[in-house]
Amino acid sequence: MNQDIYVIIEHLQGQVADISYITLAAARDLAQETGGKVLGVLLGQNAQELASTLAADSILYADHPALAEFTSDAYQKTVASLIGENEPRAVLFGNTSIGADVASVLSARLSLPLVSSCVKTSGGKLTSQICGGKIMAESELAETTTLITVIPGGYKPESGQSETAPEVILFDAPALDDLRVTLKGYIEPEAGDVDISKESILIAIGRGIQTEDNIELAEELAKFLGGTVCSSRPIVDQGWLPTSRLVGKSGQTVKPKLYLALGISGAPEHVEGMAESEVIVAVNMDPNAPIFDIATYGVEFDFFDLIDPLLEQVEEAKEG
Amino acid sequence: MAKIVAIVKMVPDLVEELEINEAGTGLDRDWLRLIINEFDNHAIEQAILLKERDAGEVTVIAPDAEGVEDMLFTTAAKGADRMIKLAGDLEEGANNHALARAFAEAAKPYQPDLILTGVQANDDLDGPVGPLVAEYLGMPYVGYISGVTIEGNKAIVRKEYPGGLIGEMEVTLPAVLGIQAGEEPPRYVAISKVRQMMKTAEIDEQEISELNPNGGVIAKRMYLPEAAKRAEMIEGDEEEIAAKLVAIFKKAGAL
Amino acid sequence: MADTVTEAKAGFTTKFYNSLFEVAEGEKIKTCLQCADCSGVCPFGYLMDFPPGRMIAWMRAGILDKMLDTDSVWMCVSCYACTEVCPKNIPLTPGLMTRAKEELLLAGNIPTELQSALEFSQRYGNPLGESPRKRADWTADLDFEVPIMRKAKRPVDVLWFVGDYASYHPRVQKTTKAFAKLLHKLGIDFGILGPEENSDGDSQRLAGERGLFEMLAEKNGKAFSQYEFKEIITTDPHAYNAIKNEYPQLGIEYPVRHYTEFLTERIEEIKPLLKDNGKKKVTYHDPCYLGRANNIYDAPRTLLEAIPGVEIVEMSHTKSTSLCCGGGGGGMWLDGFQWEKGEVRLSDWRVKEAVTSGAEILAVACPYEPPRFEDSTKTVPGAEKIIVNDILELLIGAME
Repeated sequence: MNQDIYVIIEHLQGQVADISYITLAAARDLAQETGGKVLGVLLGQNAQELASTLAADSILYADHPALAEFTSDAYQKTVASLIGENEPRAVLFGNTSIGADVASVLSARLSLPLVSSCVKTSGGKLTSQICGGKIMAESELAETTTLITVIPGGYKPESGQSETAPEVILFDAPALDDLRVTLKGYIEPEAGDVDISKESILIAIGRGIQTEDNIELAEELAKFLGGTVCSSRPIVDQGWLPTSRLVGKSGQTVKPKLYLALGISGAPEHVEGMAESEVIVAVNMDPNAPIFDIATYGVEFDFFDLIDPLLEQVEEAKEG
Repeated sequence: MAKIVAIVKMVPDLVEELEINEAGTGLDRDWLRLIINEFDNHAIEQAILLKERDAGEVTVIAPDAEGVEDMLFTTAAKGADRMIKLAGDLEEGANNHALARAFAEAAKPYQPDLILTGVQANDDLDGPVGPLVAEYLGMPYVGYISGVTIEGNKAIVRKEYPGGLIGEMEVTLPAVLGIQAGEEPPRYVAISKVRQMMKTAEIDEQEISELNPNGGVIAKRMYLPEAAKRAEMIEGDEEEIAAKLVAIFKKAGAL
Repeated sequence: MADTVTEAKAGFTTKFYNSLFEVAEGEKIKTCLQCADCSGVCPFGYLMDFPPGRMIAWMRAGILDKMLDTDSVWMCVSCYACTEVCPKNIPLTPGLMTRAKEELLLAGNIPTELQSALEFSQRYGNPLGESPRKRADWTADLDFEVPIMRKAKRPVDVLWFVGDYASYHPRVQKTTKAFAKLLHKLGIDFGILGPEENSDGDSQRLAGERGLFEMLAEKNGKAFSQYEFKEIITTDPHAYNAIKNEYPQLGIEYPVRHYTEFLTERIEEIKPLLKDNGKKKVTYHDPCYLGRANNIYDAPRTLLEAIPGVEIVEMSHTKSTSLCCGGGGGGMWLDGFQWEKGEVRLSDWRVKEAVTSGAEILAVACPYEPPRFEDSTKTVPGAEKIIVNDILELLIGAME
């Protein structure tokens, strides 16, 4: 086993995902402890140029038609053979629709230990966030290659980006025949709706909003503030807002000037999509809601008691 | 007629405050209130929807935990055909690697075409259960699924990516799918139906032969996050709070 | 095949019809005159595909299965207006309408908002989805201790059944604390169940979830049986109705009174404590489950009249014709659904009547009401200055 830290680079439709930059930053932090190098693992077809922005010592690149777009089976096979041959100290994945499909399977296939939902790797301590952000768990690298999935919160994407392109080392993908999972195509999100990732003012609503008709209240507030309404997962699952308004894991990542979170508890799945907002104002009745740990301003109050005076005063301020 | 297995577990209910055990290495389980993993509930709904659409048989497997029988009877009332409770030394909670091995062993005899489970759970410290089960059974795995159609020996699935993008994938059966959301939200069943099930349906209790946690990380320390970087709290009555918020909105350029 | 379907459908009507006889005086359904008074008096009748009268007509025609495909029965707020006005005294609210909701629920035809309230009730013992461990948290900032039975470990005179909204809703907690203060001032020997208390279940029952009601009632019955007390008192007319009229059918029998009855009995003790804080015009809203369902009309007014300076003015709908706040029979959990159907709120209608009455204060005696009516005072023109207070808050206000 060597002391290098591998990072599986995620890309979709020709774009490197932010989580991979965050994961590179986490890998660098960990490599300082192990004394090894940071190596990005890029799988694709004619995708070599995606390596250019990655802050890694070098990039291991495999080019294969079956790797053109992500599918779990092909990625699992390729990464498994790479780990088997090189035995790095640790392999980091995003805890995402791509990374999580691969990491757990490899843990079972290669009998390697897995630490998931890791937010920080400083000093060799792997700090995971579980139970909706209410519990932190600390673990260490195992004696064998350790697989780690990373969630946002501990590192900024900028720290994993580089102006100078790293060296690219080609490696051969294993035989990728008889794949059991294939991509038929992409279905683009419903067009025509606003792109919340480009909005500068967002009014976000969560489970605490309770009923569908209360969305009107948020809409009204958004109108006065010149913003757009978005939400956490439960609201979209109920069909109260379209998927295009979802913030967080499997939704949009947003960085508005103002993020007003109404009745959102702040589970990591949501936080990872909005933590980079400039000013976060959270209104929640639960004083222990994790959202207060990342918000700039917190209001421990019943949204329903607050909304009317707030609408009134915002309207006054707008007119005055 | 598809044979579907839904794999389900109970997780800490976050409506309660969580406590750490005396050793500082795990959750204090005396104080824990458990609830069905929300994503598993979606997996059950998806399984029932598939059964209703294409005919089939649904088996639900869950490890023993407080409240698990009520949960299993509820799934029976929703339309599950068979309920299995896995018993073993589970008081202190088992990691997902141990559970996945037990799930795989329990699911195998039913020769499922499709195994559905929640894409994740709030207490996953060693990765989600689904991909582990898939690998122990030698089946393919795809997670973050929000729609499933069975076509012969294939499943056409909708895999969710950030930004609302959907990848339509074809998966060879048998396979394990990690469900992000069922095609419909989990349905409600009247308590009377659940109570009826408690009288008529049977839960098959199966002993787990061995709980092997290898591959799952052991936490050296667990703690509640410090509130150090907490938000600046705005106090007052609703009018005062509203006034302060207006000032913040102005500063942020929203007014 | 077609014949089997027809038979099954006709079978539904017959089965449904027969099930109505299981309700007390249920057989009176046979005497329906089709006068349609019920549908006319129903506050949401004009929005229903099947108001009570039509439901009976279709039942007689053997085609009531069509109702299962509609959802407007969920507009029924179980306010007893139809039952009150029926010339043949048919138990329309507890029988026909509640049975209809039960059938819709069994058929899986249930609005999502209601679904989560029912799931919460099952899981946490309250429809708000709050932690049951926090049920007595409202007592924390009182300057005296509210005894919790499990800890007090002694018999008490009065077991106070606090109820869901009274325990958890921030606005209603003000009323709850007022009652605690009043009991304390009067030196009443009382206790509460705290985390052992579950939702009374009555509104869940009237929203068609009979099984859930029974489950909750059994839990409360078990808690009651563990302690010694002389009677149960509650501020919640829904809990009062459940414990008085429904729990005994499940073998859970305890004397119960609403706080208005309990305090009226002590009115001579209370009067000397009340100060004259100036003249006030007060109108009183009869809650459905105190008034029509249980015929308590005088006790609340006696309490109000005891407050120096209070002049009672009545609204156009009063006592047995009182208008529902919209929260009964599951309405508390169907606000969005109701709004979608009709873009109206019953509480708005009621607050308009309060404005017309010229009252400065809208007095209430049910925990569902303060939040609903306060919301309406913010939107109904001319209602901005109306103060919504539970009688308990007015009593405590007159003592301070």
